[in-house]
Amino acid sequence: MTVLKAENISILFGGLKAVSNFNLELKAGELVGLIGPNGAGKTTIFNILTGVYTPTSGSILLQGRNDSLQNVTKFQPYQITGLGMARTFQNIRLFKNLTVLDNVRIATHFNTKYTIFHSILRLPAFYKEEQRIKRRCKELLKIFDLEQKSDELAKNLSYGEQRKLEIVRALATNPHILLLDEPAAGMNPQETQDLMELIKFIKEKFNLTILLIEHDMNLVMGICQRIIVLDYGQVIAQGKPAEIAKNPRVIKAYLGKENENDA
Amino acid sequence: MNKDRKTNLISFLIILFGFILTTGLVAFRVIDEYTAQILTIGGINVIIALGLNLISGFTGQLALGHAGFMAVGAYTTAALIMKLNVPIFPAILAGGLVSAVFGLLIGLPALRLHGDYLAIVTLGFGEIIRVIMVNLSDITGGPAGLKGIPPFTTNFFWRPVLSFALVYIFLVLVIIILNNLINSSPGRAIISIREDEIAANAMGINVFYFKIFAFTLSAFIAGLGGGIYAPFFGYLNPNMFNFQKSVEFLIIVVLGGMGNITGTVLAGFGLTYLQEILRFLKDYRLVIYPLILVLMMLFQPAGLMGFFGNKGFSLTRFVREFNPKKIFRMKNPGKAGEK
Repeated sequence: MTVLKAENISILFGGLKAVSNFNLELKAGELVGLIGPNGAGKTTIFNILTGVYTPTSGSILLQGRNDSLQNVTKFQPYQITGLGMARTFQNIRLFKNLTVLDNVRIATHFNTKYTIFHSILRLPAFYKEEQRIKRRCKELLKIFDLEQKSDELAKNLSYGEQRKLEIVRALATNPHILLLDEPAAGMNPQETQDLMELIKFIKEKFNLTILLIEHDMNLVMGICQRIIVLDYGQVIAQGKPAEIAKNPRVIKAYLGKENENDA
Repeated sequence: MNKDRKTNLISFLIILFGFILTTGLVAFRVIDEYTAQILTIGGINVIIALGLNLISGFTGQLALGHAGFMAVGAYTTAALIMKLNVPIFPAILAGGLVSAVFGLLIGLPALRLHGDYLAIVTLGFGEIIRVIMVNLSDITGGPAGLKGIPPFTTNFFWRPVLSFALVYIFLVLVIIILNNLINSSPGRAIISIREDEIAANAMGINVFYFKIFAFTLSAFIAGLGGGIYAPFFGYLNPNMFNFQKSVEFLIIVVLGGMGNITGTVLAGFGLTYLQEILRFLKDYRLVIYPLILVLMMLFQPAGLMGFFGNKGFSLTRFVREFNPKKIFRMKNPGKAGEK
């Protein structure tokens, strides 16, 4: 079953075509990698899919809460998150001066079942819902071994923990599609190994479809079922990891073309 | 659940006790009329600064026109009382509501944009309001000002008591509303906008909606402050609500600590009092404000409450964690030492 479909999306920044005719179809439960050299347009695609940018042309269809595909091309990021597609950021964007728990609680906001009116008057519904939110957030933090740090400020966490907290925060929005933007950036091989296990684990536990951008080839080749390679805003190859590793166009894009005179 | 209700009840009783005590002290002139007046002005300043703190401190959107909202509230209340004989309480509320409508109208275009556009727009708004008030002489009395706004009561004994009591009630209400709002899911959404707008949006927060909400509520509170100010002072002049006045509120907020309710209350009363006791310095007292600000930014950039780990005082937390046994045990170090 298709959960996310991008049809012919292109985006122009002034005269620069950052992404051209990009097509993507994500099936439920897939784990797909999006790779490419620096500046290929990977993060731009994430930003288009999550509504930060509106594509110049093309359309995005997303499976909403009611199991039918719905056109979300002109949606705001918060609406897309509301439909069940959450993301993390390449450059960590936590709420640095808030506690770990608050970071996660903020992501549950649109699922909160009380209004401003309830909170100002401190009606019973407020206390009940606050307890539920706290319990749920603590559960999530426990999965990632961050529970005992829930009262610490996010900026005081280690780099690896901050990366993890980004994933927890995205999961707190209750997504069915998760977009991870370079989750292993800046991690050492051991941490990357742990992260791979973690991604596999949450994918099963939360029934997720995952699209991830990553430069770490071990991670990409290790866990992705399908890989899409991007260069200069265009898809140059896609397929299973083993095929991608042998594809001459991919090797050329990553290693550069040999000088013709030398050949 | 039951414990929460108990905490709230005890907190309410403490506030009520504080109200009866301080109002009583004013009534029996233990707090003399002069001090009571300073406290009342301080209270009004705190109310408006709290409104500003909501949008600038908690939501992170700089606003430079709160004297304008105060003016809208003050003139609306005065006009309603003088022209239409509306009773004082509804007139003050109407002052707040009209100010909120202005807030909404300004916020809708200005808050669509990221960055400091709101500061520029509110700066312009404050000046526009002032100029309109100067020229709308039928309602506002023009540049000569509006005289003879009927006070809360003409009785000389009750006058300071009533003003004080009214400001106390409104101040407590505003603090409760802000505190309850901030310490809830919508409040956390508002703070997340200050922390990182893009991330907040990606986490499902309707950033534009919450900015508008915070700004409108902020304008409402400032209008409320203005509404209380009009009958208390009895005289309004457009030049009272100039840019400098807006900056005064901002100084209170910055000095108390951006996004700290306790800090704003302390800084608001403190600065108002300071302004009065420094009257002998004449115009030089205006130098004191910036001087305090510079010193504060050098030594404690987080503001007054930075000295206390930037945590505000919370009455409910105090009540919840207040344990007489603990204090008793502390007086008997032998027993406490055993464990």
